[in-house]
Amino acid sequence: MILRQSRRANVGHIGSCLCIVEILSSVYSLLRADGPEDPDRDRFILSKGHAALALYAVLHAKGWISEADLDTFCGDGSYLSVHPNHRVPGVDFETGSLGQGITMAAGAALAARLQSSSRRVYCLISDAECNEGSTWEAAMFSAHQKLANLSVILDANGQQALGLTRDVIDMPNLAARWEAFGWAVSEVDGHSVAELKAALASPHPGKPQMIIARTIFGRGVSFMEAGITPGRPNFPIQPINWHYLPLTAEEFDIAMRETEAAVR
Amino acid sequence: MRAAFIDTIMKLADLDERVILLTGDIGFGVMEPFRARFPNRFINCGVAEQNMMGVATGLAEAGFIPYVYSIAPFVSLRPFEFIRNGPVAHHLPVRIVGMGAGFDYGNAGPTHFAVEDAAALRSLAGLTIVMPADGPQTATAVRTAHALPGPVYFSLAKESRPVVPGLDGRFELGKVQIVREGSGLALVVMGALANEAIAAAEVLARDYGIDAAVIVASNFNPDPVEPLAKILAGFSHIVSVEAQSVSSGLGACVGIAIARAGIQCRLHPLGIERVFAGSTGGAAHLWRENGLDRDSIVRVAASAFLPVASQAAIV
Repeated sequence: MILRQSRRANVGHIGSCLCIVEILSSVYSLLRADGPEDPDRDRFILSKGHAALALYAVLHAKGWISEADLDTFCGDGSYLSVHPNHRVPGVDFETGSLGQGITMAAGAALAARLQSSSRRVYCLISDAECNEGSTWEAAMFSAHQKLANLSVILDANGQQALGLTRDVIDMPNLAARWEAFGWAVSEVDGHSVAELKAALASPHPGKPQMIIARTIFGRGVSFMEAGITPGRPNFPIQPINWHYLPLTAEEFDIAMRETEAAVR
Repeated sequence: MRAAFIDTIMKLADLDERVILLTGDIGFGVMEPFRARFPNRFINCGVAEQNMMGVATGLAEAGFIPYVYSIAPFVSLRPFEFIRNGPVAHHLPVRIVGMGAGFDYGNAGPTHFAVEDAAALRSLAGLTIVMPADGPQTATAVRTAHALPGPVYFSLAKESRPVVPGLDGRFELGKVQIVREGSGLALVVMGALANEAIAAAEVLARDYGIDAAVIVASNFNPDPVEPLAKILAGFSHIVSVEAQSVSSGLGACVGIAIARAGIQCRLHPLGIERVFAGSTGGAAHLWRENGLDRDSIVRVAASAFLPVASQAAIV
């Protein structure tokens, strides 16, 4: 779905979408919601809003977005944009400006506690999003408020728009940093649903939860993982290519073959 | 206005358990009664205004009515984009309260001046902006705005100032209030400068025989364009007075009202048009330095209004 829609709409952020598929399916397998309007539903906030297409795929699988609506993705008048807005059924908070979703997640978690609700708040951020100061404002606030109903997953794909995260703003020891801010931290293989679900189910009394999910950018498509553009032989080989590039027809065919083979 | 604000939200919080007060670690000597009476509905978010705005968004989405409090530039300009993508984009009932409108923190220095907050936030369609002229109008405005489904920004003067005569605590969204009738020349004023405009009108009448009307404007979005056009038709000179950037504050709003209605008149917008060069002091001093005090208003109004031949006497 991600490949088909991004090809049809001719837009990028494909690599960022592919690396969070297992994270989203793990969260949504645990997320309690009696429909998108259920006031006491668990909240999910995609703070790394540029990967909304992956979220739309999940919301479609839940039956909250129709096939016909999916086919309007990025079209004129569509409510499905590259970054999600709150008119999308199942999207409570619109994101796309990095470092904002996690602050709203902190508010949503505080609200649940003040309302004595058992609902949980899940939020997915990216490693590059940790460049934003507001991410750390939310980290301090959530720990101080002991928001144990908040689980944040950090998609550590090691890439950002213009380079590897270690070359742009190096943030070694991410786990130690979050731990130092008072969070219950675990590290998992971000492509293992079993590890993700086990981490999400593990108790973290009195502390917000940080799950650092190690992921591979462009997961499942060999040329994306390698930063190669088979449809554009003259384009430089570099790991970050698939942050922004849309697919050519040739690349789309290869990617579809590979992912379909993997599913079989 | 600060006292009126706290008194009013204490009453609202008594009646409405959705009311919750967030502060960016500001309000020493002001917040204590609220915290004492509603300990579970008082959250000090620390010195982190961006996060505070996101937290307010999350709380409002779940049904709370958060009042988000700090010094005006810190709670407006710093988290500007969080306001845009949070309460405004989601049309949520967050009430942002900026303390120290204009030069109320004048001796604190230029970082604390609030002379762009209302003007800058006016660019956010969907965010109601309220800048009251005195305490009673503040109380009415806070009560009126409480019922709105969307977000509101209040730019409030810190100091208690004399009640504006003739205003009688009136406030209506999208409307203005006439506090002094007149003809020929109209002064349109926003915020705590209302008393300066009234004092200027008295001098204009006494010393120059000019019968100036004084109109208090206290809110944008919806801009009071039609009420202003209706009142201002027939005046030949209009002076707008605000401790805000004229490029996007009251002066701009009055200009649109006049131009849209095709009123034949001249507009003389008084407001902030410069970068501050380091002079600080009390609000009255800074009003004077920026040409917003009663003497400046008189000077501009009289030289605009009187025939050139009789202007020699203007000091």
